[in-house]
Amino acid sequence: MGLFGKFIAKIKGTAHASVADWDELEASLLEADLGPHLSAEVVRAARSAKAENAEEAILNTLRLALSKKSRALIRASEGTTAVLVVGVNGTGKTTSAAKLAASLSTQDSRVLLAAADTFRAAAVDQLQTWGERLDIDVIHGAPNADPASVAFDAAQQGLARNMDYLVIDTAGRLHNKNDLMAELGKVRRVIEKVMPVQEVLLVVDATTGQNALAQAKVFAESVEVTGLILTKLDGSARGGIALAIEQSLDIPIKFIGTGESATDFAPFEPEIYIQGLL
Amino acid sequence: MFDSLTTKLGGVLGSLRSRGKISPSDIEGALVEIHEALLDADVALSVVNEFIETVRVQALEALPNLQSGTNQAQAIFEIINSALTEILGGNARRVRFAKQPPTIIMLAGLQGAGKTTLAGKLAKYFADQGNTPILVASDLQRPNAVTQLQVVGESVGVPVFAPEPGNGVGDAVKVAKEGVAFAKAKQHNMVIVDTAGRLGVDATLMKEAIAIRDAINPTEILFVVDAMIGQDAVRTAQAFLDGVGFDGVVLTKMDGDARGGAALSIAHMTKRPIMFASTGEKISDFDIFYPERMASRILGMGDVATLAEQAKKAFDPASSAKLESKFASGEDFTLEDFLEQLQAMSKMGSMSKMLSMLPGAGQMKKQIENFDEGEITRTQAIVQSMTPTERRDPKILNGSRRIRIANGAGRTVKEVNSLVERFTQAQKMMRQMRNGGTPAGMPAGMAKMGSSMGAGMPRPAGKVIQKKKSKSGNPAKRAQEEQA
Repeated sequence: MGLFGKFIAKIKGTAHASVADWDELEASLLEADLGPHLSAEVVRAARSAKAENAEEAILNTLRLALSKKSRALIRASEGTTAVLVVGVNGTGKTTSAAKLAASLSTQDSRVLLAAADTFRAAAVDQLQTWGERLDIDVIHGAPNADPASVAFDAAQQGLARNMDYLVIDTAGRLHNKNDLMAELGKVRRVIEKVMPVQEVLLVVDATTGQNALAQAKVFAESVEVTGLILTKLDGSARGGIALAIEQSLDIPIKFIGTGESATDFAPFEPEIYIQGLL
Repeated sequence: MFDSLTTKLGGVLGSLRSRGKISPSDIEGALVEIHEALLDADVALSVVNEFIETVRVQALEALPNLQSGTNQAQAIFEIINSALTEILGGNARRVRFAKQPPTIIMLAGLQGAGKTTLAGKLAKYFADQGNTPILVASDLQRPNAVTQLQVVGESVGVPVFAPEPGNGVGDAVKVAKEGVAFAKAKQHNMVIVDTAGRLGVDATLMKEAIAIRDAINPTEILFVVDAMIGQDAVRTAQAFLDGVGFDGVVLTKMDGDARGGAALSIAHMTKRPIMFASTGEKISDFDIFYPERMASRILGMGDVATLAEQAKKAFDPASSAKLESKFASGEDFTLEDFLEQLQAMSKMGSMSKMLSMLPGAGQMKKQIENFDEGEITRTQAIVQSMTPTERRDPKILNGSRRIRIANGAGRTVKEVNSLVERFTQAQKMMRQMRNGGTPAGMPAGMAKMGSSMGAGMPRPAGKVIQKKKSKSGNPAKRAQEEQA
């Protein structure tokens, strides 16, 4: 039981908590990576909330921070739905792209993967290995090819082969590298010459701290992020930063990653997540 | 990477400085702000509290013995600086070499921390120092981690021991063991073992890491951690420390804008030194971690020591000496010297990275980030399109020569003109400098940098950097235009 669990146990069913208890709550929220601002806000709101008891007040305040937008994958009304997977290095984009493709194809959809990460050594091979495992075709280009050209090829093939979904993996890039962010914008624009991009999913590592907020802001500005994939939730990190992103940028978490196999991937369940934060 | 922490601390310290006399309540106010700045930077709560307490006690103790507000502010600044250095791990420690080669370095860490890329950087770093490392591919989990290591190894010219294809196939312990045996047989003095990423809570994979450790008995186990990690850092680090154990920490993705506070926490809580920092996607973007330098950087004092070292590394001593004697004997600085300097500068790494190490760089963050790195390449192209005679005597550059040069470099005549003009100005400044006196427009920090570079770095190099810096307004403007 974490700090917070102890706190809940202590105040369970009571209407009032002491000042020390509230400090303890704030500390616990901070440790879940909610950040100083959201943590302070939650404590403030929970303190003034008129709920049956303190526990309910806290849970409600956390629920309020969630985005109201739909968490379902947006589907193109006709033709191929293009899903762009983006994020900083090492968050698990390639794995998430593969897992997303796997979950879509088990729903009887025709799925195509595109390896537009032409930068990291062996990233294309990594996605191809996934493709073989999952029996899903992977479109790729020459190493160090222009990622936009790979994406364009993939979009054309997706259309020609009448695919339901095209999932495009991109190279990891730190959001403070302007040229790399511009490159990502180009990838999006080039795909849109063939088909609209329905979803841009930002992959956020649950172990990331407050920096994820900066990441989400910049990615949202350059490619209009429509949802988050929160990965590595199988560790000890509670991924509270995702709630901070939902609250401040109104970008919903759509999927979560919980391990290295294809099935360790699920639609996001707000209630489970909120409980998990505690 | 500590940029906004720097900005915030700068604000707090600035407001302390502007006080006539600092009262204990001013200090409390400053501490509240520092508290939040550190939390925003992902420093673990317990570490923040400890840090604040240390500073509070020392600051309140020092206050009554100091007279004016400036002195007090300076003293508090120094207290914060030393407390930061302390948290960052005090003094830097180097990798230990085994008494009996090979020296075995094992890498461990979470998935996506950047172990495989780091393995390549480490190999390059040690190979450059005259070692003969090999890389061992013991990450058999992640699809194509083995291929990635092979590509990385090839690009740095270091052999990779990879008998197993990976992708879940093969015995990582056996590979590690055979890798070490292979290194011994082939007389390599260093082995760098890349292992699979694992979560602190994954008992099975942690057991594998322990089995690898026991099989190869590494000289150093390095814990590789992403500078962007949040509050979980401490728990994860503790789990690795209790599990496989580690001797040092390597920070990756330091080129991001994460404030890396978790790094402070890890070093502080585990009492293990941060040994290296990885700062970019290029193999050479890698350096030894110096706590005192990082503390200065966080506090906005710049990192001149690192800059000077990089300069020393990049500038060929022979050509520097040549330039120095040329300078002393009163000969003019020519475009040929300029070209040499440009080439050495591009060897030093990206301009924006170098500029960000200067004192006060925090204030010009935006311009630095938007610095157009292509500028150096383009300038080089123009100079390279000149004949040796033209490089030695740019005065002969008439209209038709300029057109030829512009065509040769694929630039416009206007750019050639502006380069020649800037060069002539630099030459003039150089003459002034030789006749004693600092040329106008040279900021104080720059002058300081020149002096701290000492031997190995000729003074004219400081000049070239100055020249580039004065231009940084342009690319910024250009970037703005592009963004518009």
